[in-house]
Amino acid sequence: MHFSRKNLGIPYAVFLAVFVVAPLVVLLFYAFTNGQGQFTMENLTGFFTDPNALGTLFYSLLIAVVTTAVCLLIAYPTAYLLATSKLKNRTVIVMLFVMPMWINFSLRITALKEILTILEGNLAMHPFLNAVIGMTYDFLPFMILPIYTTISKLDGALREAAMDLGADRTRTFLEITLPLSLPGILSGVSMVFLPAMTNYVVLDMLYNSTYIMGSLIGSYFAAYNWHGGSMIALVLLCMICIFTLLTGGEDETARGGALL
Amino acid sequence: MDRTENIIELKNITKIFDDDGFTAVDNFNLEVKRGEFVTFLGPSGCGKTTTLRMIAGFDVPTSGDILLNGKSIIGLPPYKRPINTVFQRYALFPHMNIYNNIAFGLRQKKTPEEEIRRRVRKVLDLVDLEGFEGRSVSTLSGGQQQRIAIARALINEPEILLLDEPLGALDLKMRKEMQLELKAMHDKLGITFIYVTHDQEEALTMSDKIVVMNEGKTQQIGTPEDIYNEPATAFVADFIGESNIFSGVMTGKLRARFCGGEFLCVDDFPEGTHITAVVRPEDVEIVPAGTGIISGVVDSVIFKGMHYEITVLSGRNEMVIQTVNSARPGDRVGLRVDPENIHIIQAEDHTNSFPVDINSAHRLEYNGHTLDTSLTRIIKGSKRLENGSILDANGEVIDPARIRIQASIQPEDIEMTDDQDAGLVQGTISNLIYLGDHYSYVIHTELEQDFVVYDEDLWNMDDRVSLLMPVEKMTFTLRKK
Repeated sequence: MHFSRKNLGIPYAVFLAVFVVAPLVVLLFYAFTNGQGQFTMENLTGFFTDPNALGTLFYSLLIAVVTTAVCLLIAYPTAYLLATSKLKNRTVIVMLFVMPMWINFSLRITALKEILTILEGNLAMHPFLNAVIGMTYDFLPFMILPIYTTISKLDGALREAAMDLGADRTRTFLEITLPLSLPGILSGVSMVFLPAMTNYVVLDMLYNSTYIMGSLIGSYFAAYNWHGGSMIALVLLCMICIFTLLTGGEDETARGGALL
Repeated sequence: MDRTENIIELKNITKIFDDDGFTAVDNFNLEVKRGEFVTFLGPSGCGKTTTLRMIAGFDVPTSGDILLNGKSIIGLPPYKRPINTVFQRYALFPHMNIYNNIAFGLRQKKTPEEEIRRRVRKVLDLVDLEGFEGRSVSTLSGGQQQRIAIARALINEPEILLLDEPLGALDLKMRKEMQLELKAMHDKLGITFIYVTHDQEEALTMSDKIVVMNEGKTQQIGTPEDIYNEPATAFVADFIGESNIFSGVMTGKLRARFCGGEFLCVDDFPEGTHITAVVRPEDVEIVPAGTGIISGVVDSVIFKGMHYEITVLSGRNEMVIQTVNSARPGDRVGLRVDPENIHIIQAEDHTNSFPVDINSAHRLEYNGHTLDTSLTRIIKGSKRLENGSILDANGEVIDPARIRIQASIQPEDIEMTDDQDAGLVQGTISNLIYLGDHYSYVIHTELEQDFVVYDEDLWNMDDRVSLLMPVEKMTFTLRKK
């Protein structure tokens, strides 16, 4: 039998059709139809006129932005110190940051819940704070790794060249190291921001009453309003697409996938 | 310009790295005059780049002082030194265009943008890359990046320009061009250049002064002519140009014995002094057999365009000769060298050094005797395969035909015996001197080599002896052919 290399792509094409294209088509169909199966724009206008839904959207955005910012503030100095230090066993230290990811997700969050309960007493008292803590804890490695990889790959001669040309340490950092580690930052931001926007399992497990986009969609489907739920999912999908395009052109190698 | 004033002085500089205790630079002293072109020359790992980095401020000496215009700059960070560097791999900033790369230094000094623009244009003109301001680094060829790196350093009008093997990554033709251009730039600008290279030809072509370094120590400081014609140590003679190097001994006033013959020379050392004799291949004359100072058999003839390179074996000694007249392998010829073309260096120590063979079983052999050691012990990280071939540390098969093993042994580790069959090699005592508590003998072997042997007992001139050389006292070095 004649077997060309093209045929090797068939399983992937089937997978793509069944698990990516088909669900998208179904999503689109439900988003733009009503209960009787007729085309309608009501779901779209309904979402943007529902103050409850819009409020949840902005609240989710806020949590995602704050989580991403906190992750970045913790991850950048950590990654910078790790990558520029002369420690012989720095990969071991990097592993320490990655290791929690090897532990079962629900186990980790349950442990965090217990710790937070000891510290705060009633978890329901600080929903926003706990949401940010929970997500930061969960997503931090995704921020550290790409930044660490980018900085450690930077040619040390570039920093030396900047100092040689009269830039002190601060200016060397601001004009050389920081701009050149931007691909790692962008990679880390998109790897944290996107899941932070949609993840609600973390909040659920922390007995958190905070209502974010994920929970909103979940509630629509729980109430058998598939049409409204599909539209919200579609809106979120569009936002993520736009965000990815904005941070696009990122360096794939900066993701540090090797360590994961 | 005042050419007599020292712009930079390095005093007793020693650098020991903290992490592994490696002494990279050992008691280094140097004075550089304003406007000089100084080259640090040596094999990789000789400490030349470390020395340069200490001048730039990237490394701090463990001890010693660096004076710039008479003032110590030891405590100054690199960004406060009026010194700029051209890095080995250029280190251009990939996120900036050419203009911003070159302007970087002036921007740090808050120079007005108008002046920056004018000066960038000027240096781009100097390096022959007019109009490249808007280009990005990645669109430039290696040679162009090199020029931008030079422009980026020169625009700051440094007092000293440091160049760390700047031409190492260029192809041969580019390298030759850039050598001439750099030299022209140096002459035009009058800036002091300190240049690091392992390429002796580059050093000889460009420099006013060459500092030859090996294992962290200065071997010789001098003009290219000095270094080439009057090498101070055997290392310099070996490293600069091609040389025939022999160890030998002074046998009388202006008479030296080496390479199995007695040569007249012009360097005066007391009789009995152990010497290293250096003869350049172009200085050896081939004469009819029997009329030269030594005689031998032509081993190989290679046509090199301008000349032939002829190797003559005289006993176990190998003499390389460059001449315009060809010869045939197997010819018996005589060799002579004019006294003024023999350069005699007092030997640093009396280590006996001799080539050993590798036999078909990959064992070391000398004069038909198998030495009880193996190649795997000599070549770091190597291992022997089942079929007998040997892999080096990188896993590549070592071809015995491509390497040469040199054995060395100290004079006190050799013993003389009357039992002719007991030793590795036999010879006659050709020289002896009493050195206070022991005698120093020179034994001329049947392989036409001279061995220096210390012995407390008195032997007679022309005694025939056999040399006992325990293999565990020998050290072996590997050389690629």
